[in-house]
Amino acid sequence: MSEPATTPDDDQPLLIADGLSKNYGRLAACRDVSFSLYPGEVLAIVGESGSGKSTLLQLLSAQLAPSAGGVSYRMRDGVLRDLASLGEAERRFLFRTDWGYVHQDPAQGLRMAVSAGANVGERLMAVGWNHYGRIRDTATTWLERVEIDIGRIDDAPKTYSGGMRQRLQIARNLVTAPRLVFMDEPTGGLDVSVQARLLDLMRNLVSELNLAAIVVTHDLAVARLLSHRVMVMKGGRVIETGLTDQVLDDPREPYTQLLVSSILPP
Amino acid sequence: MTAMIEISNAAKTFTMHLQGGVELPVVSNVAFHVEPGECVVLSGPSGAGKSSILKMIFGNYRCDTGRIDIRHQGKVIDLASAEPRQVLSVRRATIGYVSQFLRAVPRVPTIDVVAEPLVDNGTPRAEARDKAGALLRRLNIPERLWRLPPSTFSGGEQQRVNIAHGFISDLPILLLDEPTASLDAANRAVVVELIGEKKRRGVAMVAIVHDDEIRHLIADRIVDVTSFAAAA
Repeated sequence: MSEPATTPDDDQPLLIADGLSKNYGRLAACRDVSFSLYPGEVLAIVGESGSGKSTLLQLLSAQLAPSAGGVSYRMRDGVLRDLASLGEAERRFLFRTDWGYVHQDPAQGLRMAVSAGANVGERLMAVGWNHYGRIRDTATTWLERVEIDIGRIDDAPKTYSGGMRQRLQIARNLVTAPRLVFMDEPTGGLDVSVQARLLDLMRNLVSELNLAAIVVTHDLAVARLLSHRVMVMKGGRVIETGLTDQVLDDPREPYTQLLVSSILPP
Repeated sequence: MTAMIEISNAAKTFTMHLQGGVELPVVSNVAFHVEPGECVVLSGPSGAGKSSILKMIFGNYRCDTGRIDIRHQGKVIDLASAEPRQVLSVRRATIGYVSQFLRAVPRVPTIDVVAEPLVDNGTPRAEARDKAGALLRRLNIPERLWRLPPSTFSGGEQQRVNIAHGFISDLPILLLDEPTASLDAANRAVVVELIGEKKRRGVAMVAIVHDDEIRHLIADRIVDVTSFAAAA
């Protein structure tokens, strides 16, 4: 019953990865990865450190150029574009509007010395908002949505706890109503109690906003709570993929069975 | 087909790679169907594969062979070969599953755990909560517990929350894995009543129940799972 909210029947994929590979010299960090992601769908990429999952996330979000293969993304006008064909300005615009990127370390995704309100408002200004009152109102709404006391709106995130920082980072990403969010170990550095709260929050936001998300995690519990579908990576390859509960309850590959059997019972 | 569920030649074997690749045959040649408004009870001793068959029908376990045909929104879809998105769509609109144990997200209040399937299908939260409250009341969960997450509840209370979560939607197929196992007589009677109401609304059900009395009360037909025993 912890299954995440299901996807609507949007028939056109939002993002298509086709034969994605990345080599660092002779090391193949990512080999021949192909899949389609649909609007509102949450995909978890799981695997141990060094399995290539973070490299894959960087390839998918056009932060790294692939050695072979490519990624296409359906822009808001419905046209499917090859990310490699986008100019730098177009790519940056995507990142500021239609995409979010939640880093494991909130310090990488936030400006630690400016106020929480400004951290959220900045993304709105980047897309042309210029009315101070409206920006502040929207920032306030978002802080409430991620359960941050609005009395702290003028404080800088360096004064926030780890869990609050991560919630602020999420607010900053979602304020422009993106359709796709990349998350790299979003609960990674947090206490277990804080993790549960964050997961519950993310789960609700993803379903309310009909967000598509690609979540890299080594934590199978995170994958189970958040994702519809899972890809298991090992040695740069996708070794098993399917519906999340299918892969976790009925794992087929030896490595997936090892991962699943290594979870400590609650 | 007129049936809601039509299973043919389905088989499942687990290969345990961590135990030297031991093959664990569970079931083979599974074949039966379920009509609308009918409750089919799976019988057989523990370990015969009853729960596995339910999980195969829900798309939770993959089949090695065979078909699991489900009538979904006027069309027939084979869950054994369906894409993940199709399986999710079938679960959203067609098949509900009441598992033996409650698996809830930490921190979520009981009333919202129960209301969740309706909210996910677009019912306004207030209306979904009203329905959830009505079901919880019928299942004798006191109102003062509704705001609490169910993780601290007793086994019987958790199971009733689970039943409320499973019964709240109007889905045409319902799979029930021991829905009355840890309930007292009064609550067992409520569950029997709920199952009766679902039948009258044409819901097709597959259930596992060990209690002979309950089985007698809800079963329209019994399918003996030992006949699907896989050759070891």
